[in-house]
Formats: sequence, C-alpha cells, structure tokens
Amino acid sequence: MLRCARSIKTAKRLYATASTKGEEIKARIELKRQAALEGGGQKRIAAQHAKGKLTARERIELLVDPGTFRETDMFVEHQCTDFNMASTKIVGDGVVTGVCKINGRTTFVFSQDFTSFGGSLSRTFANKICKIMDRAMEVGAPVVGLNDSGGARIQEGVDSLAGYAEIFQRNVLASGVVPQVSLIMGPCAGGAVYSPALTDFTFMVRGSSYLFVTGPDVVKAVTNETVTQEELGGAGPHTRKSGVAHDAFDNDVVALARTRELLSYLPQSNREPAAPRLTTDPAERADLALDTLVPTDSHQAYDMKAIVGRIIDDSRFFEIMPEFARNIIIGFARMGGRTVGIVGNQPLVSSGVLDINASVKAARFVRFCDAFNIPLVTFVDVPGFLPGTQQEHNGIIREGAKLLYAYAEATVPKIAITTRKAYGGAHCVMSSKQLRGDVNLAWPTAELAVMGAKGAVGILWRSVEDRGAAEEEYNRVFANPLPAAQRGYLDDIITPSTTRRRIIEELDILKDKRQQNLPKKHDNMPL
Amino acid sequence: MFVIITRQAQQLLRLTRPRRLHTTSAQKRYHSSLEKTFDKILIANRGEIACRVIRTAKRMGIKTVAVYSDADANSLFVREADEAHNVGPAPTNRSYLNIEAIMRAIHASGAQAVHPGYGFLSENSSFVKQLDAARVTFIGPKEYAMAAMGDKIQSKIIAKEAGVNTIPGYDGVVRDASHAVAIAEEIGFPVMLKASAGGGGKGMRIAHTPQEAREGFKLASDEAMSSFGDNRILVERYIEEPRHIEIQIIADNHGHVLWLPERECSIQRRNQKVIEEAPSTHLDAETRQRMGEQAVALAQRVGYNSAGTVEFLVDKHRNFYFLEMNTRLQVEHPITELITGLDLVEQMIRSAAGLPLAMAQSDIGINGWAIESRVYAEDPEKYLPSIGTLSKYTEPTGPGVRCDSGITEGSEISMYYDPMICKLSTHGATRAAAISLMNTALDRYLIKGVTHNIPLLRDVISNRDFSSGHITTAFLADHYPGGFKGHRLTRKTTKQLAASAAGLQFIREARENYPLSSVGSEKLFVVLLPQLQSDGSVETLEATVQIAPSSANVSFSGTTEFTAHITLSTGDTCESSMSVTWNIDQPFIDITHDSDASPLTLQFLDPLPLGFRVQFMGTKFDISILSQRQSELIRYMKQEEKVDTSKLVLSPMPGTIVSVAVKQGDVVSEGEEVAVVEAMKMQNVLRAPRAGTIKAVHVTPGSTVGGEDILIELEG
Repeated sequence: MLRCARSIKTAKRLYATASTKGEEIKARIELKRQAALEGGGQKRIAAQHAKGKLTARERIELLVDPGTFRETDMFVEHQCTDFNMASTKIVGDGVVTGVCKINGRTTFVFSQDFTSFGGSLSRTFANKICKIMDRAMEVGAPVVGLNDSGGARIQEGVDSLAGYAEIFQRNVLASGVVPQVSLIMGPCAGGAVYSPALTDFTFMVRGSSYLFVTGPDVVKAVTNETVTQEELGGAGPHTRKSGVAHDAFDNDVVALARTRELLSYLPQSNREPAAPRLTTDPAERADLALDTLVPTDSHQAYDMKAIVGRIIDDSRFFEIMPEFARNIIIGFARMGGRTVGIVGNQPLVSSGVLDINASVKAARFVRFCDAFNIPLVTFVDVPGFLPGTQQEHNGIIREGAKLLYAYAEATVPKIAITTRKAYGGAHCVMSSKQLRGDVNLAWPTAELAVMGAKGAVGILWRSVEDRGAAEEEYNRVFANPLPAAQRGYLDDIITPSTTRRRIIEELDILKDKRQQNLPKKHDNMPL
Repeated sequence: MFVIITRQAQQLLRLTRPRRLHTTSAQKRYHSSLEKTFDKILIANRGEIACRVIRTAKRMGIKTVAVYSDADANSLFVREADEAHNVGPAPTNRSYLNIEAIMRAIHASGAQAVHPGYGFLSENSSFVKQLDAARVTFIGPKEYAMAAMGDKIQSKIIAKEAGVNTIPGYDGVVRDASHAVAIAEEIGFPVMLKASAGGGGKGMRIAHTPQEAREGFKLASDEAMSSFGDNRILVERYIEEPRHIEIQIIADNHGHVLWLPERECSIQRRNQKVIEEAPSTHLDAETRQRMGEQAVALAQRVGYNSAGTVEFLVDKHRNFYFLEMNTRLQVEHPITELITGLDLVEQMIRSAAGLPLAMAQSDIGINGWAIESRVYAEDPEKYLPSIGTLSKYTEPTGPGVRCDSGITEGSEISMYYDPMICKLSTHGATRAAAISLMNTALDRYLIKGVTHNIPLLRDVISNRDFSSGHITTAFLADHYPGGFKGHRLTRKTTKQLAASAAGLQFIREARENYPLSSVGSEKLFVVLLPQLQSDGSVETLEATVQIAPSSANVSFSGTTEFTAHITLSTGDTCESSMSVTWNIDQPFIDITHDSDASPLTLQFLDPLPLGFRVQFMGTKFDISILSQRQSELIRYMKQEEKVDTSKLVLSPMPGTIVSVAVKQGDVVSEGEEVAVVEAMKMQNVLRAPRAGTIKAVHVTPGSTVGGEDILIELEG
C-alpha cells in the first residue's frame, strides 16, 4: 500500500508545482488516477485486510494473468447531489471494471470495492458494470463478478434500484451467451443477491461472505427469529441447504485461484467449444480396477466419484455443488483433453435416489452444458425417485420434471453409462436412449427395469406362496443389461475397464454433432 | 547322492527360469519336472502368501485350490487359483480359522495336500491332526514337531536339551499379574511378557517397571486370547540392544536338515518386523556356523521335516540366545530365496511329498545381499492400520526388485485382516547395491487410497546408521523417540524440493496457456514447504525460487532443463540446475539435480488449490506455490481455526471397543487409560488427553467405531 500512497504524494507534488496549463491538467489527471487506485483510503483498506479480505484491486491482481488488466471507467464519479453527496466523491465510484486475460483468454471482470462507500451500488456504479457486460456479449467472453457490497446506495434512491435492474437485465441477456461467474467475497444483501442468482456459478468465501434477501435484524423484527449472519446466509447454509452457492472456498486467494481453474474448463461463449487442453493421460488407458469396483451385492454402496475419477483425464474433477444434494454428483472434467460435463448418481448417499434437490441441481448443470456446447457424460445408478409426502407435497413431480426436461431438450453429445441400477421413471430421466441419448452403454452389472425384484413380485405375484423363487426368476430376467440391449435401448454392453477409451472415441465421433430443436420464441420448462 | 542330483538341477536351471522372481543372480532350481509331488493342493490362506504358493505350485505343474471369505471374493489369489471355495464370512474365526469349512473345501476339491502359508492355521496342530485323519498331506512339519515348538515354554525346554543357548527366564505359565511382577523381579527388569501360543508380535509386551509388568500382563493375555484363543503368558529376561537374527532351515522326511544363511530382522516396531535383510552385517562365519548347527540340532531333536525358522537374539558380543522356532514358512522368506537361489515353497512341497532334499550343506552359499521392506497400510506416525480402497497402485519393477503382494489397483484393505500390502525385496551384489535399489524401488512405489508406511521405510533405508549396519531391535525407538513424523528436510533436500516444486509449477503453468501464448522465459515462485522440526512440530519454510528453462521449449512429456536461484527465508541462497522428466500430471517425475549421477524420483500425487502434494524422499509434502503477489497478499488471510480436541478422546481408527475404563463423573489424570480399541487384532490403549472429569462416555465394550469418532468427552 506504500506504493500507492507514495504515488499520490508524488501526484500532489506535481500538481502543486505545475507551471503551465498542460502540466496542470496532466497533474490533475494523475491525481485522479492515483485517487482511483487508492479507493476508499488507507484506513478502510486496513480495515478490509483486518477482516481477512483483499481489496477490489488486489483481487483482480490475483484473478488475472499478470499485467493483463485493462481498466475501463476509472475516472467515473457519481452524479448524485442529494444529501450533500456532491461533496463526497470517490474516483471510480466503488467498483473496478475492465477486461483482462485469464489463462490467456479474454475475460471481462468487475470488482466491487467495499472500501468506497461500503461498495454500495449507485447508478454510475451500475453503468460501469453494464458497459463491460455489453462488451462481453458483443465479443463473446466470460464475465466474472467479484461481489463485496453493502447494497443499494440509499442516497440515490430509485436511481440505485434502476442500476440493479439494468444489471439483472444484462445477466439475463448474457445467460447462455457467455459464461457468468459470481464470487461473493463480502456482504451481498437485498436486491443485490439476484445478480449472482442469475449467473451460472456463484462461489462464496467461508467466513467472510453472506447472501440474504433480508438480514438478521429484519428477520428478528418480522419473524422474531434470532439468527446470525453466518447461520442465515453464510457459505455453510448456501452450499449445503439452499443450493444458492455452487461451492465455497477458504479465503480470497484460494477462491480466485479456483475461479481461474473453473474458467479453464469453459468456452468463451456459446459460439465455440471449450478450448481443449494438452493431456498425457492415454486415451486408450484401460483401468482394470473398474472391473471389480461395483460390488456384486447390489445393496452394497460404492463411490461413484471414485468411478468417475478413474475414467476422466488425470482424475481431475472440478465438482460443482459438492455439499448440496450429495446423492447426485455434477462437475467438469476432461476426456482426451476436451471438457465434458459429468452427471452421476451417487450410490453412497441415499442409494443415489433422485429427489427434489438432486433433480434441480443436475437440471441446471445439464442446461449450462447444453447452452455452452459441453458434451454430457452421465453415470447412471439410480433406484428411482424418492417416495414420501415430504417430496410429493414439495413438488417432486414439478421439480423432477426439470431434469427430464433438461436432458430431453439438450442437443449436445449425450453419453450415458449405466453402472448398476436404472429403475423406473428415474431410468427414463437419466439421459436415456429415448431422450435422444447419442450413446447409451451399460456395464455387465447393469439392471434396467421398472422396479426392483421385491416390489415387482409384490405386485405381479401377490398370491404366490414362494416369493423368494419369484424374486429369483424376476432377477434372472431383469437384473442384467440384456433385455435393454436386445431392444436397442442400450447401444452396447462394455467391459468396465474399457470405458475411458470408449467414451473418448464416441466423443470424437460426436464432436461435429448438429441437432436443433423446433424454432420457438423460447421453451416453457416447468419452473 | 546329493551331489549327483545337484548337477542335474544345475542343468535344469538353464531350462527353467522363474517368472516373477526378478533376481540379479541365476536362480537355482533343485527340482526335476520328472518328480511326482501332488496333483492338486489347497492353500489355506489368503493374500500375498496364497499368491506366492500358487506361483510355485503352477510352476511345478500342481493344480491349486484357494479358500476365501466373503470379503475376499474378488481378491487376486482367488482369481489366480485354479479353483476357489468360499469358507465363510469375513471374520477370520468364521472363515480362515474355520477348520470345519476348510476341511469341507478340501474334500470338495479333492486336494491331496494343504499349504497353510503363515499365520491362520499354519501352526495349529489340531488342524494337522484332522488332516492326518483325513489322509491329506500337510505341507509343513509333523504335528508333534509343531506342537512341541509352538508352545514356547516346551520349546525352550527342548532347545536346552538339544544344546541350544537360551535366555534366562521362567519356564512355566504365569498365573496372574502379580505373579508376573514377582517373576519379573526375580529375573530382573526389563522383562518380556509374551503369549505362550503366540507369534508375530501379537500378545507381546516389554516391561521396565512392576507397573508396566502388571499392565502388560493384562494386555498381552487379552491379545493372546483374541488372537490365538489361548491366554497363557510367559516371562523372560529382555536383552537390551539385541539384534534379531534367525536361521532358516529346510529338512526332509529322511532325516536330513540343512541350515541356510541368516536373516536379520532387527528393524521392528512393537516386535513386528519392518525391514529384514540377508545376510546380517553382524555375523562372522564362525557365529553363523554355530547358529546354523544349533538350529539343525534343534530341528533334528523334534524330527523336523519341512521349512522352519529358528529365531535368535544376538547381543553385541555375538552371544546368541534361542528365542523361538517358527514351524512354518516365514513372512520374510523371499530374501533367503534371493541370496540362496532356492524356492522354499518348492522345498516344502517336495519334502511333504516324501522326496529327499536335493542338496547338501556344502551346496548352500550366499549370493549377494537382499533386503525386504514390509509395505503396510498403516499410518507410520501412529502405527495405526489404515483401511480403504487402493485407488492407485503401481508396484516398482526391474532387475533385482521383487514384489510379493496379493493385491491390485482397486483392491480393498479391510479391517478384518493383516494390513500388509506387499513385501518389497531388492537383491544386489552388495549391501550398498541392495540399499540403493530399495531407495529407488520405494520412490517408484505408487500407493493411493490408504495411508502407508513407505515414508518410514524410505527414511530408515536412507538412514546412515542403517547403511553402516548399526542396528538393533530398538532402532526405530532410538531414531524416532517421539514417533516417526516424516522426512526432515536437510539443507540439501530443502533446496532439491524447492527447486523441483518450482520446476513442476513452471511446466503446469506453461500448459495452462498452451498453445495460446509463449511460455515466458523466467518466473518467480514463492514455495512454502512444511518443514518438520526436531521437536515434532511443523513450520512453514519459505523459499523464493527464480526459475528459467534452459531452452525456449518446455516439454510436457519429456525432459526440461531448468536453472534456478533459490533464496530461503533464512537468507540462505543457492543456485541449482536440474533436468525434470515428466509426463505432465502423471505420478512419476525423475529429477536430476546439479551434478548428481542418478535422478531422484518424486511422485506427483494431487493438485491442491494453491500448489500440489508430492512424495519426496518417501514422505508426502503439501506444497503451496505462490506468485510473488499471492505471497504478499496471503498474509491477510485468516488462518483456519483448529478444533480443540484436548477435551475429547477420539477413536484413532475404525475398530471395536474392547473395554471402557471410565464412566461419567470419574476423575482421571492425564495419561490414564480410558478405553481400549481393537482393530486388526491389535489392541490400542486410549489415554486421557489431560486431567479432568469425564463428561460423557459415548461407547460401550463391543461398540463398533469409525476413525475420529468421539468416544469420550472431558469437562471443559
């Protein structure tokens, strides 16, 4: 920070000693520039650091490739005159915006500055963000937003609200056009929460970030419920319970490093595929352990993440929402260097059953991948939808339909591997052949049926004495992948150890797949 | 007669080569394919030793039958055997110790003989009796010899009669804890309490004080009961600074007994062998000869007719005392095979089939030096077993490297059985060559999914006292008084690790931008290394590394040359040049530093949010690699708060609670026993982390607990 202060001093001296008009203007510009670089001043910067948070500019430094940040609207100041605001101006007005390279690729970024007016959003503040979002959409490059704001600038009244709405509108227009990533690195409350909510990914920083529509004080006043900021809207509840945040990281430095990593998996826009990455993991690598990893006892659980890890490049899996609805896993990986979206039922958690949260979690991910040309690889081991009043009354029909809808409308390459169970409606949902699955494969351990043996025998052979024999007969017929393969609902039954090679080969065949849905204004998916 | 057959065997040796036994020397085969032994044998064991026996049986043209528990249905030995029979559920007393089920498998398969491996039923004379009754050959000693040597009290008496040196001790069964204390006081401390029926370190305790004798008696007899179903304990003088040296013998049904060169097994923890070697640096030819002759005398005394091992304790003056005789194939038999060229399993099978030994004592020599490291799935710091799936598993290979294992990638290390992963043996012309091979082999051993003891093995193998042969059975206790915590970085290894880390990061960053932009010529990284201190704590060492590739190209699947300038936070600086050979993100990295002749192998294990985890000198290091700006800013980040565990007694591993010594409201002093947890047949005493009142007890004897489960809470 010394560096900054020293420069401001220099700028002031230059200004004081300017003798010509030209020199004076240059000095004034320099003074403004230095003021903008300093933001809310040394005291507030120290306070920010004391909270374990970095400043808006420091965050950008860690996010971007060194020396690539080009700032826009550095000299912007707010236009508000009410409440004596004309006399309190901060150059840049509380947000740093610009364009940079991340892993060598163009990316637009805004970083809210909590040290300037508490990062509160003014109309000019919003305009700065809108400007880079418009440019991002035009050139086709991702937008990363670093959020750290106390909320609306109350002094500006409805101007501030209009600013929010302008951003929301652009979030929606950009949705599905360029990837949008939000990092919550401080408070984000009230209307402000809806911008991250509209973006593709929202990440939080543990211990220093909060997201809520109304804070603890209002909650107390309205519902008489006593709750802390952390309990109400910290990283814990949002990554585990609400599913609002897609993951949380230990601190700013880690969060920014991981964001760079996420971006490496994504395409620049919906106009192009994600950039491939060099890998030394052989495409034909056979993994013999896969041949024995699925337990022979079909009631025994196993870790689908371990299966996925053995198949993808270098076991590198960027998991999205790892703590939420853990009965389904989603995330990015690469196969033969190309980005794929992985969806997999997780037998370790609730037998991998589909419930409301799992359906919604996976549906949004499937739609992201479809929007951005990322092929989907789905690992199926699903016993069905979760029964019960809790699920039915909260709308498992409506919510489950989202995942069905997402798979059905997706036109990117879709490969599914059934590792074990694929029962009932859940089988149909999980990237089945009839939902335009391009390649549907099964391992010899797969069982595709309307339901398990016990349930089926209970209905079909209600009066039969020897239930055990009936179950055995049912299993003999259905507890294997042959019936589905004989009907062409499975394209092939493969040896698990060959899965990696097979998927990579199929993806190669599918790389130029073109499929279009019927023209329409937009669809009407169940919400 | 012996000489003639030996010549035949030497001719044969040119025709038959071992398949998996990699040795630097020619392997002798004292066996003729014309010999008739058995058509089919059953292996009443599991894991690596079952695989080992199957290998030799296959070579001898014998069909093999495996028996397996439910937990082992997918195991390698089951797949390798010609046929396999399930003998029950996972717990050993219901499967591998279930004589009835094994007898059924023998009858069902029509096996003519049974090889028991080691452990389980290998020294169970009642099993041998039942086999005799069923006219099935036991590939091992006769029931009488086994029973005589299996009982430590009786074996000592017989040994004395045979003229074998024995340790002063009490030749009877100890009645109770007080009796143990009384005996100990008579013989003089320190004393060893051990299970009469035992072996392999189970049910063994050393006591230096009456209190330890009392406590040790209880633990030893409990462990003896659970491991062997026999809680008889004996007491003897414990010889300090002893070396454990044992003589392998082989014998036949025709009265011939030969002794083979010794194995030294002094590197032990809790009386379990960790590293063995053959021969020993400690013996001279004369002592070797005397020990061999005593071993033969003892074997002859009991009519021994198979492979067996006579264990001795040897003091620094090369006085040796009989310890016990193991009437089975010993775990560490591979090193004897490596230096003698014999296949001991083959010798056992031949002898069991009634064939005479095909060689004379004068045919036995010592060819080079062999070392065996027992690779265990256990935390080397706390010596606690680790269970889980081997997510990545690659064994080292090459001339002079032998792996005796029974697992493959994806195998499960379960809580039911011994957590041994592999016996890694190396064989060189000299001891130094065997050590050097072992260092490389350990670095090239990739194990992920379970915690393993390679860090400890690697540290011992590269220890100066070890390489100069200055070892005793107290080696581990002496060198790691506070327990082994990992490799302690020296000035040299710090520099190597910092430079290596920067090199790997350079390559990884170059890949991120590839092929969009050029690599850039020079980079500066701040490398944070966890540095183990002498008091056992870990501090972060900061090294600033300025690094540049020597040419414009960085290789993602070959060799990149770098020069690096390293500045440590202590002010120490140095230059380094190195060549890094790496298929990016693959596990093995070969790095040659400066003018070192041979490369050092590191393992790239996992990327971390701000760096990666590598294995270096056997130890895992979590390294953070920061840009300069990151290193300037990371100091503002809040440190993760550690959960206060000082008020909690946590389960150190998954297992079963054997006993709970406290109840709610009890007042305990620090270090007092609060509970005993058992896993993999080892009992571990859990002690109060500090003085206080017991707030809650969450378990009862018999409870099954997971690792890190809270068992007992103390008042705040």
